[in-house]
Amino acid sequence: MAKLSKPAKIYLAFVFFILYAPIFYLIFYSFNSGGTMSGFENFTLEHYAAVFNDTRLLIIVLNTVIVALLSALISTAIGVLGAIGIIFLRNRKMRNAVLSLNTVLIVSPDVIIGASFLILFTMVGVKLGFASVLVSHIAFSIPIVVIMVLPKLQEMSSSLIDAATDLGASQRDILTRVIIPYIKPGIFAGFFLALTYSLDDFAVTFFVTGNGFATLSVEIYSMARAGITLTINALSALIFVVTLGLVLGYYFFNQRSAANAGTGGPRP
Amino acid sequence: MTNRSSRPWYLAPYYIWILLFVIAPIALVVYFSFLDLAGDFTLENYANFFSSTYFRMTLSSFWYAFLITFISVLIAYPTAYWLTKTKHKQLWLLLIIIPSWINLLLKAYAFIGIFGLYGPANQLIQFFGAGPLQILFTDFSFVFVAVYIFIPFMVLPIFNSLDKINPALIDASRDLGASQWTTFRRVIFPLAINGVKSGVQAVFIPALSLFVITRLIAGNKVITLGTAIEQQFLVTQNWGMGSTIAVFLILFMIIIMLLTGPKEKGGALNGKAK
Repeated sequence: MAKLSKPAKIYLAFVFFILYAPIFYLIFYSFNSGGTMSGFENFTLEHYAAVFNDTRLLIIVLNTVIVALLSALISTAIGVLGAIGIIFLRNRKMRNAVLSLNTVLIVSPDVIIGASFLILFTMVGVKLGFASVLVSHIAFSIPIVVIMVLPKLQEMSSSLIDAATDLGASQRDILTRVIIPYIKPGIFAGFFLALTYSLDDFAVTFFVTGNGFATLSVEIYSMARAGITLTINALSALIFVVTLGLVLGYYFFNQRSAANAGTGGPRP
Repeated sequence: MTNRSSRPWYLAPYYIWILLFVIAPIALVVYFSFLDLAGDFTLENYANFFSSTYFRMTLSSFWYAFLITFISVLIAYPTAYWLTKTKHKQLWLLLIIIPSWINLLLKAYAFIGIFGLYGPANQLIQFFGAGPLQILFTDFSFVFVAVYIFIPFMVLPIFNSLDKINPALIDASRDLGASQWTTFRRVIFPLAINGVKSGVQAVFIPALSLFVITRLIAGNKVITLGTAIEQQFLVTQNWGMGSTIAVFLILFMIIIMLLTGPKEKGGALNGKAK
């Protein structure tokens, strides 16, 4: 394979610079005692202290994590069962119909999901707040879990299930002893994606959250609309480190299990 | 549906989900698009949508989405192409994707500082002797930030389809006397067109429906279809009109998806195009 030419290297370096400069710019100024994002005065950790002393902010962080964990858990459970159900649908037309319904929420723009869920919750009479946010996050995470689990199920040989049936396993045993252990990497991948989708979501939450409840991204939005506060910078530095840790951890976990089992989850 | 396990109990939650959160919301949006502020049946929302104000807004939203998608392809294609030729390409690709995992709001917030009157962008301009410019709250800043955010979603599918090309085909083309440019134009580009298509799909639709960047970066200079929906639902409280715009956004989405063909497996999904 030919080595990269010089212009190519310069171009790639430029793209990487553009991609990372804003992020490091944010983090750099989180240490600025000046209070603005221009003109660095002195090194300080006061903005980090401000984050950790702000009880309201900490509660919002806690809310965000709880919503993410709960929605990822519940959507993984429903999604895995749904995917298994789809695999067992023998009617091809029916299966394709369910699969296209499954992709609707993946391809829909956030505004539409948010707006239509807002109508739905109002019609049903659900009070906007924790419950509506949690239910929305579960709803938009389910199809992602299904998509992550399906390939694993498709690659599983049906003779495994026939063998289990012949050996006298009940339906429940087949599910918990044969199918679920086999598709475990897919389940983990789905859970992880659901978690990050929930943590990352702004638009849908923005629509269905009431006045009393906020997740981190909704809070950052209202702070950013009010102008520059270096507390956001400190917060984003912390979020960056956590995100990086999650992504890299997931990547290496995946690499390792791919090397061990010869079957990889999705490539990041 | 003859199999014994075709309708086991554990499917119930999934089907309830489809009914409640896929079918019902779409039906409700369509239903509300026929309601006026008082809740009576009307076609006025549709008449409004085709009036000059909304028509112009739709056109400008499409124009911005087109611009954003086009520039993203221009930047992402060479990036993806050269990335496939690097030594540790999977690692480099991961590094391209990591910024897409950082919350959109934080990236938009960074640009509020960068494009601010005293920010680094203006310092650079002043270094070249021009006065401080108002960069924030212009359509330039909107397009720039949107392209910045979408680049990883464009690079990923293009990279995947370029990476799949059998190198023997390229060698064959060169052996048969094609120049580098002809090889690219006649062999590489047609073989990787699906990657470009899924990239366009992953960028164009979100670009039509963004409202975070327009609010934070473009002030009220740029109104996309997404901004208009948010405005109608959360500010004006006119759910009927908001639903009508949403119906059209769904229609545009379907048309774009038909035009760009079936999505490549795992194309945009691994990134977060939302």
